[in-house]
Amino acid sequence: MGLTVIEKIIQAHSRDEVRPGGIVWLDLDIRSARDFGGPNVVKNYEKEYGAEPPADASKTLFTFDLCVPACSLKYADNQQVCRNFARKHSLRVFDVDRGIGSHALIEEGLAPANSTVVGTDSHLNILGAVGSFGQGMGDVDITFAFRTGRTWFEVPGSVQVVLKGTPSPAASAKDLTLFLCRELSTKRIALKSAEFFGEAVRELTLAGRITLCSMITEMAGIIGFIPECSAAARSEVEGFGGRPAQAFGPDPDAAYDEVVTLDVTGLPPLAAAPPSPNTVQEVARLKGTRIDSAFIGSCTNGRTEDFEAACRVLNGRRVKDGVMLKVVPATRRVYEDMLRAGLVEELFRSGAIIVNPGCGGCAEGHVGLTGKGEVQISTGNRNFPGKQGQGLTYLAGPAVVAASAVAGCIAAPEDL
Amino acid sequence: MTISRFQGRVWVLQDQEGRLIEDIDTDQIYHNAFLHITDIGQMGPYALGNLEGWKDFASKARPGDIVVAGRNFGAGSSRQQAVDCFLALGVRLVLAPSFAAIYYRNAVNSGFPVLTCSGLGALVKNGTIRTGDVLSIDAAAGEGRTIDRPAEFRVEPMGRVQQDIFQAGNLFAYGKAIIKP
Repeated sequence: MGLTVIEKIIQAHSRDEVRPGGIVWLDLDIRSARDFGGPNVVKNYEKEYGAEPPADASKTLFTFDLCVPACSLKYADNQQVCRNFARKHSLRVFDVDRGIGSHALIEEGLAPANSTVVGTDSHLNILGAVGSFGQGMGDVDITFAFRTGRTWFEVPGSVQVVLKGTPSPAASAKDLTLFLCRELSTKRIALKSAEFFGEAVRELTLAGRITLCSMITEMAGIIGFIPECSAAARSEVEGFGGRPAQAFGPDPDAAYDEVVTLDVTGLPPLAAAPPSPNTVQEVARLKGTRIDSAFIGSCTNGRTEDFEAACRVLNGRRVKDGVMLKVVPATRRVYEDMLRAGLVEELFRSGAIIVNPGCGGCAEGHVGLTGKGEVQISTGNRNFPGKQGQGLTYLAGPAVVAASAVAGCIAAPEDL
Repeated sequence: MTISRFQGRVWVLQDQEGRLIEDIDTDQIYHNAFLHITDIGQMGPYALGNLEGWKDFASKARPGDIVVAGRNFGAGSSRQQAVDCFLALGVRLVLAPSFAAIYYRNAVNSGFPVLTCSGLGALVKNGTIRTGDVLSIDAAAGEGRTIDRPAEFRVEPMGRVQQDIFQAGNLFAYGKAIIKP
């Protein structure tokens, strides 16, 4: 019997028998912790292991991306706890200037295809975008991984998702992703590894792949892979100086728990309305919903290409009076690309607030929360009640968010 | 000594219409505003602090209580605090039709029993399990029953690793016995 992508990666990192539902000991190529979870890891580590060294300092690191730079004493203290631990054990720190950890790992070549990477980020499965098995874990798991370089893992079953047809030209990778959030809900790929096939995903750029793979968590999946890759996307990954590696594809006779076929023909722009990323509607049906604020960024839509899409819509127009447009590049490298391309100036002139890279805007990060009654449209990935403050959050792609910021209400670019 | 029997008073996490609440995410279990806390002893007051209708859970819960929830419990972030807050209150276990992957691992690794019961929705709907009932569960045999009204139901028995980590106390204790760095 042939193997699926996840089974091949696990097999390459374990001496145990690989079969869905079985438990293996998995070797981890990278073990990381963020400024959320990181201080808890340090606390656990010193309690359990004292001064013993991590299994391999070169594979163990911190990525600060949530509250950057710290906006409260508690986070400042927590980050310093991690820095001190890192100095003591000669670990690398991607500090408060570097941006979102998962993106930084891709840019630094630390998540090559077929590798295993864990960290205290529930969206670390975003690394499926480059063929790496990334997995978010809690601080107990990560503490153990720091010390031993391994963890136990239940081999997930795999689901093949085949997309037929071509979305409308107005649909972005985010619209395709929200479509999948609606169709797969939190049920069809729950606790599974998903492999996506079809023309609509094959041609996705790196940024588009990141968008799709970032929201597998919202579909309750373990990870998503897009085995077929255009030459452009492949060269983009290799351009980061990452060790180029041929990503595993599934064997022709790989065993899937289920094959799901979906038709994306003519897919229009979509948005997830509160209360969850799975309650998705056509933007046309939400048109006219008043907004107070708009956010472009996050690990889902924080690449240069996402800001280019926003700028194409803005096209010299100003954000509606009284509406906040908050912009957060994913990483310092993205920020630099945006500066070079003139995107920062364009966004500034439109009235946007542009801040340093990071996760801000999701969780209680370095960019504002919503107040009671406030309505926000965001390119982020979660809109659960209370997640980003007391307001209501709609999720959409960068073009729709930019159009909405100009219109002052939910709008598609064609409505401007 | 092998412990696999649990008994406790039940809180059924239902919405206003009486339905078991599904997809409860970690921001509803333990809100991100309190993620700076690293001392487990301080996490209890925030348990379910952002779940509509259950924001006063921490003041009502007693050590030994059992939480019953809808499918995909613990969706969302990787925060261990969403498990630790229940440990801080002395909650005995969570019973749900399914758990989010990361939440499940975090609970197992902390030695906090999370047990799966696929028929839970029906048991709540037909009134077999109600808030305030006392449940008795044998997690090794996969048997559950209500004490006050005689009713029995099936629970997925703990898996091998879950059982072993639980018996050891947590992943650290389990790991020390079987793996050398």
